[in-house]
Amino acid sequence: MQDSISFFTGFGVNDLWFLGEAALKTLWISVLSISIGTLLGTFFGWVLHEGKLAATLTIAPVLDVFRSVPLIIQLVLFYNFAPIIGLNFDPFVSGVVILTFYTAALVANVARGGIEAVPPSMRRASRSLGMSYWQDLFHVVLPIGGRAVFPAWIGVVLGVMKDSALVSVLGYVELLKASQVLITRTQEPLLILAIAGAFYFALSYPISRYAHKFEQRWSK
Amino acid sequence: MIQVRDLHKHFGDLHVLKGINLDVNKGEVLSVIGSSGSGKSTLLYCLNSLEQIQQGSVHVDGIDVHAKSTDVNKLRQKLGMVFQQWNSFPHLTVLENVALAPRIVKGKSKEEAIAMAEKQLKHVGLGDKFKHYPNSLSGGQQQRLAIARALAMEPEYMLFDEATSALDPEKVGEVLDTMRLLAEEGMTMICVTHEMGFAKEVSDRVAYFHHGIMEEIGPPEQIFGAPQSEHTRKFLANVR
Repeated sequence: MQDSISFFTGFGVNDLWFLGEAALKTLWISVLSISIGTLLGTFFGWVLHEGKLAATLTIAPVLDVFRSVPLIIQLVLFYNFAPIIGLNFDPFVSGVVILTFYTAALVANVARGGIEAVPPSMRRASRSLGMSYWQDLFHVVLPIGGRAVFPAWIGVVLGVMKDSALVSVLGYVELLKASQVLITRTQEPLLILAIAGAFYFALSYPISRYAHKFEQRWSK
Repeated sequence: MIQVRDLHKHFGDLHVLKGINLDVNKGEVLSVIGSSGSGKSTLLYCLNSLEQIQQGSVHVDGIDVHAKSTDVNKLRQKLGMVFQQWNSFPHLTVLENVALAPRIVKGKSKEEAIAMAEKQLKHVGLGDKFKHYPNSLSGGQQQRLAIARALAMEPEYMLFDEATSALDPEKVGEVLDTMRLLAEEGMTMICVTHEMGFAKEVSDRVAYFHHGIMEEIGPPEQIFGAPQSEHTRKFLANVR
């Protein structure tokens, strides 16, 4: 009798670790992109609010492109065409760059909404106390506007975290890519996608819970 | 002393203030009355440079308010302002609302700023509300908070822009009492108001504004007892 070679092996504990590590990579790429993207987006939002005409002619159209073109197309285009201008980024860096700009484009409008949520009369009152423009911005507009748009920002955060799965098309082994690898080997798509889904849920749920707690505390 | 000379203010095509001349002395209480749109509130905004002017000048203690070289943030510390809307900072407690500006604008230590805030809050009768958030206060209490917040900057002048207009009728009294208290303590005050009783009783002088012109100014006995201008007479006949 001839021994047969087994191509497919079942799902094991090691595979769970593999998925766990991939989930951490998803978390890492998301944390990086969301943090930098939020800072950048807040700055863009401020520019949109302050320099209406100049911003409309400069950054607004660029942000519109990032917001309107599907993320997967942005990723593939950037990863494949950046080397032409001498930017040889690996899939991770390419993913972070595109996700950062994508986040910034979404956050810019949220941030602008936050600034506009603070009534002009409130800003007038703080200026009448002798606060400078920047003191008013940091001590009054940021905390008040920030709270007003916090739920919208959390929506962006959760969206970007799930969208980070698209970086898998560049070959970066994050949670979704790891699932695909395991499915190919084990032929158990239902089980593995369910586990991957559970990991995404485990990453997202604490964020929305925490966010909800903050909102409740602020509404008191 | 506040000196206003030939002050003109336009909003686009709208000529809101048409050559105002006015002196307000230290320790004086001036009430500014007139119908809506007569330019009363705009005058206040021009005094602390919240609005730019097109012609004329405003001097506060000799400082040209609208000169390019003037540090308006420093100047505004001299002129406390209370608005129609109280504009409490909703994310801060009552105590923090008052302590914020002394700390970040005047650079006081946290302890000093809090001590000043406590003093001013007790002064306006909010000594038991330190830890509350503004949304748990009534309109009258929030307006008194706004007064304490302005006083914590130790201003030399207080500008009141229809401070009681947005309040429920039963809350008007407590704010007017606080304003009365300040007047008795010798604070220099310019009060844009629709409260004729207050203007009559508390003011040293009353100015009547009509379509961007200061139609008449004089002691309350003159304005309310024997107004010189036909417009003043008509206005007072309507509000009484």
